[in-house]
Parts: sequence; C-alpha cells; structure tokens
Amino acid sequence: MKKIEAIIRTFKLEEVKDALSEIGVQGMTVSEVRGFGRQKGHKEQYRGAEYTVDFLPKAKMEIVVGDDQAQKVIETILQSARTGQIGDGKIFVTSLDQMIRIRTGETGDEAL
Amino acid sequence: MSRPQSLCLIVFFLLGLAALPANRNELAAQERRADLETISVEAASVAPEAKELTVGEEFNAADTMWVLISTAFVLLMTAPGLALFYGGLVRKKNILSVMMQCMFLMGLMSLVWFLWGYSLAFDTDILNGYVGGFGKAGLMGVLPYWDAETSTPMLPLEGSIPEIVFMMFQMMFFIITPALICGAFAERMKFSAMCMFAVLWGTFVYCPLCHWVWSANGWLSPEGAYHAFDFAGGTVVHVSSGVSALICAMMIGKRLGHGQEPMPPHNLTYTTIGTALLWFGWFGFNAGSALGVNPLAANAFVATHICAATGLVTWAGIEWVTRGKPSILGGCSGAVAGLVCITPACGFVTPLEGIWLGFIAASACYFACTSLKSKFKYDDALDAFGIHGVGGAVGALLTGVFATRRVTGDANGSGLLEGNMHQFANQTISVVAAVAIAVIGTVILLKFVDLVIGLRVTHEEELKGLDLTQHGEEGYIFL
Repeated sequence: MKKIEAIIRTFKLEEVKDALSEIGVQGMTVSEVRGFGRQKGHKEQYRGAEYTVDFLPKAKMEIVVGDDQAQKVIETILQSARTGQIGDGKIFVTSLDQMIRIRTGETGDEAL
Repeated sequence: MSRPQSLCLIVFFLLGLAALPANRNELAAQERRADLETISVEAASVAPEAKELTVGEEFNAADTMWVLISTAFVLLMTAPGLALFYGGLVRKKNILSVMMQCMFLMGLMSLVWFLWGYSLAFDTDILNGYVGGFGKAGLMGVLPYWDAETSTPMLPLEGSIPEIVFMMFQMMFFIITPALICGAFAERMKFSAMCMFAVLWGTFVYCPLCHWVWSANGWLSPEGAYHAFDFAGGTVVHVSSGVSALICAMMIGKRLGHGQEPMPPHNLTYTTIGTALLWFGWFGFNAGSALGVNPLAANAFVATHICAATGLVTWAGIEWVTRGKPSILGGCSGAVAGLVCITPACGFVTPLEGIWLGFIAASACYFACTSLKSKFKYDDALDAFGIHGVGGAVGALLTGVFATRRVTGDANGSGLLEGNMHQFANQTISVVAAVAIAVIGTVILLKFVDLVIGLRVTHEEELKGLDLTQHGEEGYIFL
C-alpha cells in the first residue's frame, strides 16, 4: 500500500478530485494548509507598512491506494493539478505499513 | 477596597449626583425665565386643565428636527462607525477590546456630560473665559421646568432649538473625541485605565477647550479676543484627540513585538464598513453644527462630501503612483483624512475649496502615517495622530487660508486668500492652544492614572489579547 500526499493549488482541488474519482480512487482526505517552496510568499502593504507573507494557502490531499494503482494516481494528479507556473505543488509517496477499517476491523488491502 | 467595590461606589455617587439637581433645577430655571422670553401656548382644547410642554417663541421645529437627526448620526459614528473602523485594524485577539472602548465611552461620557461636562463647557465662565462654571451641572436650568406664574411646563431654548437638544448634540462630540484617542493605545492599555483617563481627559482637556472655542465667553469664541473659526471641531475634537493620542502612544510605549513581528489589520472589511458609517455620520457632525436648517448646513453638507471624496481619491492615488496598487485601507484613510480636515472649515469655505482641503489633508496625513511615524518610531497603533492630529491641524490652518465671505456673509469672515492675515493668525493661535492643553493635560493625567492603577496590561495579558484578559470574551468563538 502507498500513501500519496499531494500539495496542490486550492483552485485545482475539484479538478483533481474528479480526475481521481474517474480512475477509481475510492476515498481521500483533504485539508487546507499553508506553506511555501520555491514560489515563496508575497508582500502586503497597510498604510505604508510592508509585510511579507511567506506561507501561502494550498490544499493537501491524502490518498491511500494499493501498490498497483499508485503510479496511475500520481500521473493523474500530475496532469490535473498542473498549470505550468511556479507554485503548482508537490507529491510525496510513502509506503504504508498497515491500515485498518474501524467499523469492521478489516486490515490491509481489504480495508481500502 | 477591591476594584469592583470601588466601582460600585463610584456608580452610586454618580447616580446620587444625578438625582440632586431636580429642585435646584426649577429654581435656577425660573431665574432665567426673563432672559428666555418664553411664551406659553394654550393646551389642546379637549383637556383644558393639562398644559403641554412649551418652549420659547424662537423655537423652530425644522431646526430642531435636523439637529435631533444629526445627533443620532453622530452617535452612529462612535459605534458602529469607529468601533468597526478601529476593530478591523487591530489583531483578532483585540477586536472586542476596541469595540468595548467605543461602546463603553458612549455610556460613560454621556453620564459625565450630563453631570458636569456640559456645564464646564457651556456655562458662563468662572475663570475669565478659560472654563465654565457649575451652574448647569446636572443640567440645571436646561431640563424642562415648571413655570409657576403661568402654570405651564417650560423648556429653555438655545437659539431656535431646545437647549437639551443642543446639549445632546454636543454630548455626541464629547463621546467620540476620547474614543478617537483609543486608536493610539489600542492592544495594550488596561480597560480600567482607559475609563479613568477618558473621564479625566474629558473633564480637564475637552471641556475647557470646548469652552474656549464654542461657549459664549471663551477667549477663542466669536466674542473672545482671538476668534478662531472652528465650525464642527477641528481643534476641539481632532487636534485635541490626535495630539493626546500621540502622547498616549509615546508614554504607554510600543506594543510587544512591534517592529519584529507582523501586525497587519485582521479584517479590512470591517474597516471599510466603519469608514462608510463614519462618512455617513459626518454629515450630522458637520452639517448638524449649523444648528438649524439653513444655507450654512447645506454648504457644510456638500463641502464635507466633496472633501472626503477628494481625500479618498488622493490617498489611493498616491499609493497607486508610488507603490503600484491603490489599497482599500488607503482609500478609507484618505476619506477620513478629508472628513477631519473639512470639519473646522465646512461653515467657512465653499465645496470648491473643499477639494483643495481634501487634497492637502490626504497628502499630509499620508506623509504622517507612512514617513513621520516610521522616522520617529512611535507606535500610534491605528494612526489616531497621523489622521486626526495632523488632519485636524491642517484643517484648522487651512480654514484661515480658504475662509470666504461668500459663505460667512461677513467682510471680516475671510481668510488669507481674501487678504485677511488676522484670521490666519487666530487659527494658528487656536491650534497652538489646543496642542498645548492636549499635551500638558494628557501628560499629567496619564502620570496620575499610571500612579493610581497603572496604564498597561501585563506582558502575558498583552500576548493573550485584551479580549480575553480584559473582558473574558472572544470575538471569534466559532472560528
């Protein structure tokens, strides 16, 4: 099993979700996060006082899939979340040791 | 004695004072009867025994209605206007503290004005034109009284409106002026210290200054030695509060982390709504100061609007040119700067001059808020000095430049542009006098309050925010 975390632009969220649903992804968790990479932040001015805002709002998706489906999911996110501009985000893939469905107690791929 | 107990005692004392003058009121009022030239009007024929409350023969219903409406307009400026304007500019942990300061002053200053403030400001003076007496304390001789001769209830007049209406209109100025100062010490002053300071400042700074400029006998009034033009409070309201705000900011010190951590406004939406409400209320503030439905009110109304409009466009325009983007906060600041600047002038200049005033005021206040503040490194949190102090002083001085006989209807009622050097000198004197009493008064009063209860909250309280530590509440419980 793989856990795929994708940091993407907030306005791309719906598009990525739809694309993932189409390839059969059953569930995902989304949170509003703030952070920066190479894009860095922006400057704001209030009555002449300048503030640098480093942390920009992004959406973080967490998706857990079987090993065979992971590559397809990554490609789908790459296609649907890309604008080509700096600040499109990143994808992190990790191996998952265990996964349990709380309602039934099922584990591993059965719990997906 | 604990703090709550002392507060209770003070409240009972105030209520007792309020109850006292009831009888004295009638006696004093009867003495004034000859001056007031009151007449009685026959009551409705259906109830010949009952007599309606009557007023003097100069009474004018339209004037009274306009001043009553204006009074409500001006109250709206303090809350929600100023409360939202300032509330949006602070960090979210302090929004309630700012709103509470505005709200509480609506109550506190009203009582002070009722009990002794109005008397100190508008009673005949006790110190050669420098301060009023206590003849009208508790509104003695101002409230309705019973005329024994004609067996009629009577109501004293001020010009063509009942004096209680005039008193009430002036009360709104007394409320908003200390509320303006709150912008300087926002996010760090103890609420109790703020209350004590506001009462003392109103008594020892505002009332004397108001007496100088607006009472019948003040030394800066039309009858005084140095008649200063101040239509709706350039020196009385804005210079005094703005300069006092600067002193407060300097004496209380900077907010914790000022200069090191970002302190941007937390909700400019509120600030924009607040500005719009201030602008709305300002029509009552300025046009209401004509104390009647007359050409002066019409002129003041239009001049007020044009000056605010010019101020808005100017400030946003400067930002657009120098920084690439016009900001909403800049637009709001410019509008308020324009409103402040036209306040002393609106009964002496035409709307055309209002354009010049708005342009100059917004430029000067922009400079004060961006360059002056960072150069001298004081933490005037919400720019109370930068906008009200500077805008008020610029407005008072420019009144002496642009005042025109076309509006005043008086050959001597003109400014520098019409060759009247004398008036400009008087305007300068009035600004210097207002600055002097504001500086000296505020320094002494702050020292006193600091000695008695302390000015500033503890470091821990300041970090937690004043909403929780001063009021036990949060502004955004569901966020």
